[in-house]
Amino acid sequence: MRTGRLFAAAPVVTVATFALPIAAGFVGTLAPAFGYLPAIGGHEFSLSPWRELVAWPGFASSVRLTLVTGVAATLISALFAFGFCAWAAGRAWGPRAAAWLAPILATPHSAFAIGLAFVIAPSGWIVRALSPWLTGFDVPPDVATIGDPSGAALVLGMVVKEAPYLVLMTTAALAQVRANEHLAVARSMGYGPTEAWVRVVLPQVWPQVRLPFLAVLAYSLSVVDVALILGPSNPPTLAVLAVRWFGDPDLRLWFPAAAAASLQLVIVAASIGAWIALERMIARAGRRIVEAGRRASTLSTLSSLAAAGVAIIGALAVAAMTGMAIWSVASQWRFPSAWPGAFAFDNWSRRIADIASPAANTIVVAAIATLCALALAVACLEAEERRRRAGPPPALALLYLPLLVPQVAFLFGAQVLLVRAGLDGAVAAVVWAHLIYVLPYLFLSLADPWRALDPRYARTAASLGASEWRVLFAVKLPILVRPVAIACAVAFAVSVGLYLPTLFAGNGLVPTLTTEAVTLSAGADRRIIGAWALMQALVPLAAYLAAVLVPGRRPAR
Amino acid sequence: MTALALDGVRIALGDRALVDGLDLTIDAGRCVTLMGPSGCGKSTLLAFVAGFIDPAFEARGRVRVGDDDVTACPPQRRRIGILFQDDLLFPHLTVGGNLAFALHERVRDREERRARVEAALREADLAGFASRHPATLSGGQRARVALMRTLLAEPRALLLDEPFGKLDAPLRDEVRRFVFDHALERALPILLVTHDEADALAAGGPVLRFGAAGPLHG
Repeated sequence: MRTGRLFAAAPVVTVATFALPIAAGFVGTLAPAFGYLPAIGGHEFSLSPWRELVAWPGFASSVRLTLVTGVAATLISALFAFGFCAWAAGRAWGPRAAAWLAPILATPHSAFAIGLAFVIAPSGWIVRALSPWLTGFDVPPDVATIGDPSGAALVLGMVVKEAPYLVLMTTAALAQVRANEHLAVARSMGYGPTEAWVRVVLPQVWPQVRLPFLAVLAYSLSVVDVALILGPSNPPTLAVLAVRWFGDPDLRLWFPAAAAASLQLVIVAASIGAWIALERMIARAGRRIVEAGRRASTLSTLSSLAAAGVAIIGALAVAAMTGMAIWSVASQWRFPSAWPGAFAFDNWSRRIADIASPAANTIVVAAIATLCALALAVACLEAEERRRRAGPPPALALLYLPLLVPQVAFLFGAQVLLVRAGLDGAVAAVVWAHLIYVLPYLFLSLADPWRALDPRYARTAASLGASEWRVLFAVKLPILVRPVAIACAVAFAVSVGLYLPTLFAGNGLVPTLTTEAVTLSAGADRRIIGAWALMQALVPLAAYLAAVLVPGRRPAR
Repeated sequence: MTALALDGVRIALGDRALVDGLDLTIDAGRCVTLMGPSGCGKSTLLAFVAGFIDPAFEARGRVRVGDDDVTACPPQRRRIGILFQDDLLFPHLTVGGNLAFALHERVRDREERRARVEAALREADLAGFASRHPATLSGGQRARVALMRTLLAEPRALLLDEPFGKLDAPLRDEVRRFVFDHALERALPILLVTHDEADALAAGGPVLRFGAAGPLHG
């Protein structure tokens, strides 16, 4: 086949790789939600799964908890992120401060949640540091700082991860608008730096930050692993409830579980819809405020507070990681000591046999998923250049769908399909489930540098007689080696952190660092959890480090 | 009537002085032109006056507007307007929104604000353009909106950073005349930076030249 036609097929193949299975997964979840799943005796459609779900005693609290924690985590993350960016814009070293947040992105959500639990638990580092000299505690206080019924710890756990994500997405978008010059104009007209940023820069970067923001909203509303570790357990959030019922030995619970998963989808879709309506109202009100020309405001105080909030997030992240590392080599660490009484470095050598196989699974799955995603993304980007009309094909927008739909809503149905195909528990099934999430992130990361490459390099090579393949492998990829490496590291990190897709597609037969760490977090010894969570954090960090060390090639000017 | 004055200004990058011992007073309604090749530091001097100088530069000396020493003020307190080579109209606002953004907050009433914006547009021969988006305007129209926007913020002095450099030659004359007519009519002191001799000629005031050889002295 000619290369041109091969690339032209790429977007179709890419979208089909996951759009069709996702659609099938939805059907596979919706059918049992309405009582139909012949394999376990559901032969007729009915509303009884929904009745069962609604009749469950904790139902209303669970829905409320889901909405409150999801919306709170999203809004707090966004306020912190935008406040920080506004604050940083007026300062010379602000952009460098943002770069320090990048490692937080590489670390899986669940590793952070576990580390954070070490820090904020009643027997955690913060209480230890203050005890007994200040608090008088000789035993950990009997208060729920983790798994509190209000979900505050869950919100904190999400904000620690999502606020830095939004900071980095906003910083990346800033490069595409003339932020500094527009700020200078606004300031020469009498606006303070924060007032100017909110009026002039934020509305310009928002179109590019909207998708990441909505992804944070969808993810915060439906997160499972962080909610298992830091969220309340009775009633839990809706997504956790669905997963718990799916995992129950009593298969009849699959019906209300499917209903809960479907309701989760409705909640996310309604929240996204509500936000889009609200966004229009905010834009209209914002325009009126901007045109009123008021200079004085209290925004600069708010942005300083947000910057302080981001600094605290950074400190919590460092404390979480350090805490895990120390626990993993502690032999004795009694309350209220702030430091272990004795170390045991053989903790690791005794545990290495347990960790080795899940670590190998993690790396193999992440590596294969990343390479597949890279091939598909490059093929799609090449196809884009060969299209007569400008821009990516509209169908490629479907690529971002996985970031906006709750995992639990289609993974259950997908698992049912995999079981029928006899593929459940196969490494291939896990790789495919990971590819769904790895591909959008890799594509998002690679698309801008790829599209920005000066087309004259390829034209020059072609006019020298190089074939299309040679142009790709000998010219484009070598020039873009650094963005490619970074996109791969992002993809690798995403794969390492995936919990639910691994659990469902692997049917528990392909344990990874993340699935094991989340399972152990429920009750195992902190010295063991520490080792697992630390490994879970170090594997993607190593990939990042490797990507950063790839020598970049700057086009000559 | 306010004058813009620079006293003993020295700007250095490392041990290379770009400006040294510059004293300059620009009276109200007068224009001083700074000329020199690119990279000589003339835009850096404007950034210093406006309050945006990059902290990499070491800058000394004072900036006064009338009797008001603004050296220690952040840009938003200086009330010194600046026009850049690009019009930098905010793409997310309409033409009217851009002007209303700049209009002084003292004008509180919405109808009155709208009337002031309309009046500014008429002055720029752009009556009825308020609801248009900047991207739909021609280069000359955008340049005129950018000047009106700067003037609506009621600056006490005006800095022009090669504001005609990107315009086509015939348009350049027209925009140049528009800018000088309106700015001088408001009796603003103007500091113009350019490498186009015709700009200096049109400005009509004294010309200071940055040499490639050494720093600018007053």
